[in-house]
Amino acid sequence: MSAAITPGEFDFIRQFLLQRSAIALDAGKEYLVEARVVPVLRKYKLTTIGELVALLRSPSGGAAERDLVDALTTNETYFFRDIHPFNALRLTVLPSLIQKRTATRRLNIWCAASSTGQEPYTIAMILREYFPALRGWDVRILATDLANHVLARAIEGKYNQIEVNRGLPAPLLLKYFKQEGPWWQISEELRKMITFRKLNLAEAWSVPPPVDLVFIRNVLIYFNVEMKKNILERIKRLLAPDGYLFLGSAETTVNLESAFKAVHINNTNCYQLG
Amino acid sequence: MMSEDAQSQPAEPNPGAPPKTVLVVDDSRAIRGILSRMMTELGFKPSGAEHGAAALSALDNGPAPDLILLDWEMPVMNGVEFLRALRQRPSADANIPVIMITTLNTAEQLSEALQAGASEYLMKPVEKGMLEAKLEFLGLR
Repeated sequence: MSAAITPGEFDFIRQFLLQRSAIALDAGKEYLVEARVVPVLRKYKLTTIGELVALLRSPSGGAAERDLVDALTTNETYFFRDIHPFNALRLTVLPSLIQKRTATRRLNIWCAASSTGQEPYTIAMILREYFPALRGWDVRILATDLANHVLARAIEGKYNQIEVNRGLPAPLLLKYFKQEGPWWQISEELRKMITFRKLNLAEAWSVPPPVDLVFIRNVLIYFNVEMKKNILERIKRLLAPDGYLFLGSAETTVNLESAFKAVHINNTNCYQLG
Repeated sequence: MMSEDAQSQPAEPNPGAPPKTVLVVDDSRAIRGILSRMMTELGFKPSGAEHGAAALSALDNGPAPDLILLDWEMPVMNGVEFLRALRQRPSADANIPVIMITTLNTAEQLSEALQAGASEYLMKPVEKGMLEAKLEFLGLR
């Protein structure tokens, strides 16, 4: 099976994705398509990308289209990714928000590209482990993603050895996971703290405001400038006036949405409404 | 048995400061080599010992390392036995952070190692990214 992509095929897939999901694949991402498309070819018993293109062009290409979007947008994630935002959360952001919300005793958190779930579960672990007083509060974690298969994994909360080995402190692994054969199952207590829902950032969506904390890390890179601006503008409208926005460590709101100002805390940048 | 991250760059977190030191304790020379190379890329200066008793001897005969990477199953003195001995020593040694790196991967074993005094635990096969994340947790990076 060859997954080598021709310029014409790459161009088609680029346009195709852009129209259907506003995801922009820049030139140079051919390798990404070649690698990620193999399981889709296998599933539809195709041998070349040309055949996949033909299928996508046909009236019966709907299922393949969804599978292709899934395959191309899977976000690699791990527990406590990049660690600094989570230190900031534990040391500065959560204490600050908790102090400000003592009247309502409510916290709304949104992980906007939660992939296989490690990020929202990391936040849930931090809340349980370091802020036991929040047990009596109404704390909601909404975790959304575009792709069905990663959402399913996140909901299940079952991780393999490699996944729990990376980024997760051993004492937290012992405390919040139960080993089941080769798998590590996240505790029911943490699972219950999170609502997982399918959501395509590029489409119309509604998340009930106000949200106190938004994590949208390493997913804006998939969108073109117009869509990035559009998404950040919509996030701006639902963020609490003193809420916090976290992007990926290499990302910024500069030139995209001027309402946000960067705040540097605990070796990381996050954003607040200025 | 072990795989490497695609990106490996020599780290210079603090150019000008002497590199931190790490003692790599494993009865497999190949594994000591692989872990030593990863730690060098992460900005450490590695030395090795092939079992717990040799590691204690290294501590007797030189300055305390900043970190110990410790296998479990080794002849003469295994990892948990070494940990128990280490934590009995004066604080300069007893407080050295220890990452246990072993094929043993059950929750019971993880618990036993942490109770014996391991600071962290990694289940083989280990990639550099996993080591790096543990170092960040331990404040060594």
